[in-house]
Amino acid sequence: MKKILSRPESLKDNQMHYCPGCGHGIIHRLVAEAIDELGVREKTIAVAPVGCAVFAYDYFNFDTTEAPHGRPPAVATGIKRTNPDKFVFTYQGDGDISAIGMSETIHAANRGENITIIFVNNANYGMTGGQMAPTTLIGQVTETTPFGRDPKREGYPIHLCELLSSLTATTYLERVSIYNPKNIINAKRAIKKAFQYQIEGKGFSLIEVISNCPVDWGMTPLDSIKWVEEKFIEEFKLGLIKDKTEQI
Amino acid sequence: MKKLVKGNVALCEGAITAGLHAYFGYPITPQNEVPAYMSRKMVELGRVFIQGESEIASANMVLGAAVTGKRAMTSSSSPGMSLKQEALSYMAGMEIPALIVNVQRGGPGLGNISGAQSDYFQAVKGGGHGDYRLIVLAPNCAQEMYETAYDSFDLAEKYRTPVMILSDGIVGQMMEPVEFNRPEIKEFANKDWALTGCMQREPRSIKSLLMREGSLERHNIDLQEKYEIISKNEVQYESYLTDDAQIIITAFGIASRISKSAVKLARKNGIKAGLLRPKTLWPFPSKIISELAKPQTAFLCVELNHGQMVEDVRLAVNGKSRVEFLGKGGGGIINEIEILEKIKKLVK
Amino acid sequence: MATIKINSDKCKGCSLCVNACPKQCISFSKQFNKTGYHWAVLEKENDCIGCGFCYQVCPDVCIEVYR
Repeated sequence: MKKILSRPESLKDNQMHYCPGCGHGIIHRLVAEAIDELGVREKTIAVAPVGCAVFAYDYFNFDTTEAPHGRPPAVATGIKRTNPDKFVFTYQGDGDISAIGMSETIHAANRGENITIIFVNNANYGMTGGQMAPTTLIGQVTETTPFGRDPKREGYPIHLCELLSSLTATTYLERVSIYNPKNIINAKRAIKKAFQYQIEGKGFSLIEVISNCPVDWGMTPLDSIKWVEEKFIEEFKLGLIKDKTEQI
Repeated sequence: MKKLVKGNVALCEGAITAGLHAYFGYPITPQNEVPAYMSRKMVELGRVFIQGESEIASANMVLGAAVTGKRAMTSSSSPGMSLKQEALSYMAGMEIPALIVNVQRGGPGLGNISGAQSDYFQAVKGGGHGDYRLIVLAPNCAQEMYETAYDSFDLAEKYRTPVMILSDGIVGQMMEPVEFNRPEIKEFANKDWALTGCMQREPRSIKSLLMREGSLERHNIDLQEKYEIISKNEVQYESYLTDDAQIIITAFGIASRISKSAVKLARKNGIKAGLLRPKTLWPFPSKIISELAKPQTAFLCVELNHGQMVEDVRLAVNGKSRVEFLGKGGGGIINEIEILEKIKKLVK
Repeated sequence: MATIKINSDKCKGCSLCVNACPKQCISFSKQFNKTGYHWAVLEKENDCIGCGFCYQVCPDVCIEVYR
């Protein structure tokens, strides 16, 4: 028998600190596999966010740095503009990218920076204990919406991909999920395509991965992936949002 | 041959000659000549210029470029500098060399657009969160804007720490003859810490989050040891007629130029006055001030604020001499006659 | 012939692989591992078809698939 599937080279052999069933580990693996397959590990510089994935640098087996909360797109801009031959991506959560870092996100996208953003949407602030995020669903109970998110008080979930799709400079935006093997394989395809676009110098790509947060959602891992399938992707519809290269 | 330029332009030339790879900025008066000059010159040279969406973004772009070992800078004026403090704290923690320039204006709040020196505390006492220091340089003329900007990158890289140039709207906007006499830097030392992709080496990680028990405590001790070395090695000051002085003025930046005129006037009036000008605000020239402090000497600290550096002068003097303050805030400018009057009162 | 290897130290017993296995051949150990979890084990060894679903869903990347 031959080993056909195992930990990719771009992922260190460390135990991850993520809660049991958390989607971050899967998404880390997809990113690492895509980087291995594209052969860019040795020229990768990744930017970790503030949030659970701040420890991404303990797991990724390539050069990494961290940015202040919300600033990864600005940090990645500085890296990529001064090192256009390097492969640069950020890995960010919903609070990081669409609350505190919305300005950095929109403007990096609007400049058409030739970088890739892996955006993990799990509908709350995970690391701080599950507070409301811009992507929290209407009625969803969180640490800071104990009566459920009320649009009169907290507004509506932000759909970042759709927001960015109106910008002329954005190249590729897709929303994927990881609640079952089929979707996981599809998420990998999207991530790899976005990375490929950067290598080809095609500009700004963002892959939004609809993920889970079992502990902060107060669910078992199984219930959490069920909630993703039944509720979460009802609000955040999966699929291609924009691919400028296909329009041309 | 000297060329007549604004202090802000001299600063740009100093940084560019030192091999600046990337400038990231955002408009705010009175530093606007810097991004304007850079937007043309850097692009012509095939280097990186970005007008960021905010001071916050610009400072974080500097962090990104600098983490790869490139020479990067940003500039702003006082309100914008408040926004850059986040990235400054991170860069200090991550030990990333970079240049940050504050062409100060009046505050607090939006203040006004006149030159001022009221960000001394912010520059030398931290500004952002956490136990850190910046090397803070205070040029007082266009020539020094050029030279200081040029030297700042070597200094930043020597200690892997951000360097701040604390200038002001007057030095920045005044036109003066400048001798552009420094050689252009085209080759850079290999940096064994920079993120360059892990080709034929182990991956590197540059971060400021240290969660393992005791690791942040150790990191802070390392930083303090580094600051200790900087304090020993990098103090710069100008001493003018202090040897026999009964009155020693301490002043930095533009206030030191006005003070020097006042010292000359005082000498004409038969008063033995002198000037001690810190060129580095951190590390502060405490040792020389302490040595000059004697019971028969008085210090007069002159600042374009309501008394900030005077606190460090008092700490250095440590009760050995009388220390007085003369200052104006909110964009008000002191003239040499006012300083002379204060000197006369002090010698009575 | 196919099989999987599960790293008992890294497994957090989240059950996603148990749920994803189309042949229901994964279950949990009776013992705890060093981090306090019942780790996943391939119980019905002969039923494994090496489809890799368990590998795909494993958040701790602690499963290897052989075929």
